[in-house]
Amino acid sequence: MNALRRNVLKGATGAGAVAVAVAAGLITPTRVLAAPRAAFDAKNLADAMKGMGLPAATDSKDIVIKAPDIAENGAVVPVEVTSSIAGTSAIAILAEKNNTPLVADFELSGGAQGYVSTRIKMGATALVRAIVTAGGKTYQATKEVKVTIGGCGG
Amino acid sequence: MMNRREFLQMLAVAAASGMAIDSKKALAGDVDFYNLPKFGNVSLMHMTDCHAQLLPIYFREPNVNIGIGEATGKVPHLVGEHLLKKYGIKPGTREAHAFTYLDFVQAAKTYGKVGGFAHLKTLVDKVRGSRPGSLLLDGGDTWQGSATALWTNAQDMVDACIALGVDVMTPHWEMTYGAERVKQIVDNDFKKAGVDFVAQNVVTADFGDQVFKPYVIREMNGIKVAIVGQAFPYTPIANPRYMVPDWSFGIRDDGMQKWVDDARANGAQVVVVLSHNGMDVDIKMASRVTGVDAIFGGHTHDGVPQPIEVKNAKGVTLVTNAGSNGKFLGVMDFDVKNGKVAGWKYKLLPVFSNLLAEDTKMAALIKKIRDPYNDKLNEKLAVTEDFLYRRGNFNGTFDQVILDALMKVKGADAAFSPGFRWGTTLLPGDVITMDRLMDQTAITYPATTLTNMTGETIKTIMEDVCDNLFNADPYYQQGGDMVRVGGIHYTVNPNKKIGERISNMMLNGKAVDPNKTYKVAGWAPVGEGVTGAPIWDVVAEYLRDMKVIKPVKLNLPKVVGIGSSNPGMV
Repeated sequence: MNALRRNVLKGATGAGAVAVAVAAGLITPTRVLAAPRAAFDAKNLADAMKGMGLPAATDSKDIVIKAPDIAENGAVVPVEVTSSIAGTSAIAILAEKNNTPLVADFELSGGAQGYVSTRIKMGATALVRAIVTAGGKTYQATKEVKVTIGGCGG
Repeated sequence: MMNRREFLQMLAVAAASGMAIDSKKALAGDVDFYNLPKFGNVSLMHMTDCHAQLLPIYFREPNVNIGIGEATGKVPHLVGEHLLKKYGIKPGTREAHAFTYLDFVQAAKTYGKVGGFAHLKTLVDKVRGSRPGSLLLDGGDTWQGSATALWTNAQDMVDACIALGVDVMTPHWEMTYGAERVKQIVDNDFKKAGVDFVAQNVVTADFGDQVFKPYVIREMNGIKVAIVGQAFPYTPIANPRYMVPDWSFGIRDDGMQKWVDDARANGAQVVVVLSHNGMDVDIKMASRVTGVDAIFGGHTHDGVPQPIEVKNAKGVTLVTNAGSNGKFLGVMDFDVKNGKVAGWKYKLLPVFSNLLAEDTKMAALIKKIRDPYNDKLNEKLAVTEDFLYRRGNFNGTFDQVILDALMKVKGADAAFSPGFRWGTTLLPGDVITMDRLMDQTAITYPATTLTNMTGETIKTIMEDVCDNLFNADPYYQQGGDMVRVGGIHYTVNPNKKIGERISNMMLNGKAVDPNKTYKVAGWAPVGEGVTGAPIWDVVAEYLRDMKVIKPVKLNLPKVVGIGSSNPGMV
């Protein structure tokens, strides 16, 4: 059980570990961003890709996105991306219908596993897209996550 | 010579032509209705979605249950004669009455009420008598759906299920009593009684720890049988999330596969899933997860006479669905040889109250539960001249009464009522008591609302709910029916995509203007902190005022785009 971990986190005023690190001055917000600010400010998918300096990606079955089919809470949608492509050096996550689609861009180095797990905010039903950089090439996979009004079930 | 079935058919005809029949006498020949020849060495009984109906009731099956995508025209999306034909059931028979809406009122008068825990107990004991050690599985939606369940905070159903001899359970509506109450029952009443509460797909929202046992292994005739639980995946979406704030649900195929493999590794020779996914979701899951012998399903309230055999990468999984409201008991017999299932037989037994004597102990328990509330339960609100039911994709006559009440009492232009699939049926001439009204409305978030909405918002809501019902991918469906709409006529095309299904919305002969604001009444808000008179007070006020419910004008949409002879719609 994770009861201890849970209590420790609750003790940290409920903030996530990364937020705590930022607050403690361990990392500055700009250093958290792997991609340039412009990519995160981009209003559509194409501009976000351009902002990250990435070419059009090819579809890959070696990328697995784990996310709910229907979000329980659009404000915190858990998303996991696993890339088994050799030499994976970056994983970006985009929610296509968000005002600014680029949600996260993780740089992986030193032979880190191609795996990231985070929670993203989604305003509407959309494709969640994972962009993987490996060996200088760009790959992608998508998964639809539905955001619904709720109620009326069963 | 006339056989029993033909005799009953003749009686039904006789009744239809106005001949008086004494149903008890007419049915005296049915004593062997429940004699199931013994088969195999592992037997599992399955009940689901009884919705807290302790006493016998009427329950009409739908005449509209449209299948979309791969489910088009397939089980469970067959209604009426299409279903009878598929399973070789003769029209006009007792079985035909159990499984379809056909000639419902007349047949209900002939064959009587269904379900009731005292009658069900007699049947469960009868099956156990011929199959010692057999297990009783409860697929959930057991603690909600009646006045006494709500007023006793589910304690009546917990006590009744323990007395019935339930062995293993998985939840859905149970969660609407709140996480704390669920844990209290699981950790105390159920633990003491040896009832296992299983759900592989309920985990903590922070670290993904299992909240309940994912599965349990029980033994019968020395054979290990694993039962994996699958709670309703969309509980925090279809019902209030604030009631289970720290738990996450979802379908979780990967978790299911992991626990099925784990159960096999721990010596299970039979692995079954006790599921509240809904049948279309179960069928898809059966094609993706391997190593499951059978999925015992519920949620969508489909009374399916025989399992569907679904192929997957490593074999075949049987998928069943056992109806609702205590109307059916499924009995699955497995013949297990050399460590695996070598054969099976299944029967979905309708629980006809006239054919099963009451179990006296259970009857006494039910009386004890109801006695303190008798005055409230028996309050006469109105008499209905119409036949009142709920089930169906788009609307039911009782839902129409609720919509009419909401619009009149609240002074609204239009009304929404949730597409719930529970709620009992009343015959013409029946008294609508508070007990019967609560059958349609007893939930823990009963507030009614009156909201100003633009025409555009109204359409967005209708499109959203419609997609939960008709999305071509079952994993995006939630299993309820379409939101019932009062005041607004519309056209629906189930085969279109979200945003394109609803058209021709008309209010009082005028097109609904996307920019105009309308007063819309509703109930059962899933958001926290919404206040308003409970729905039963609003409808009771209307019924007391009306005194007699005249034939109801059912607001049904025009359905297009499903072909002229869709077997899911009559």
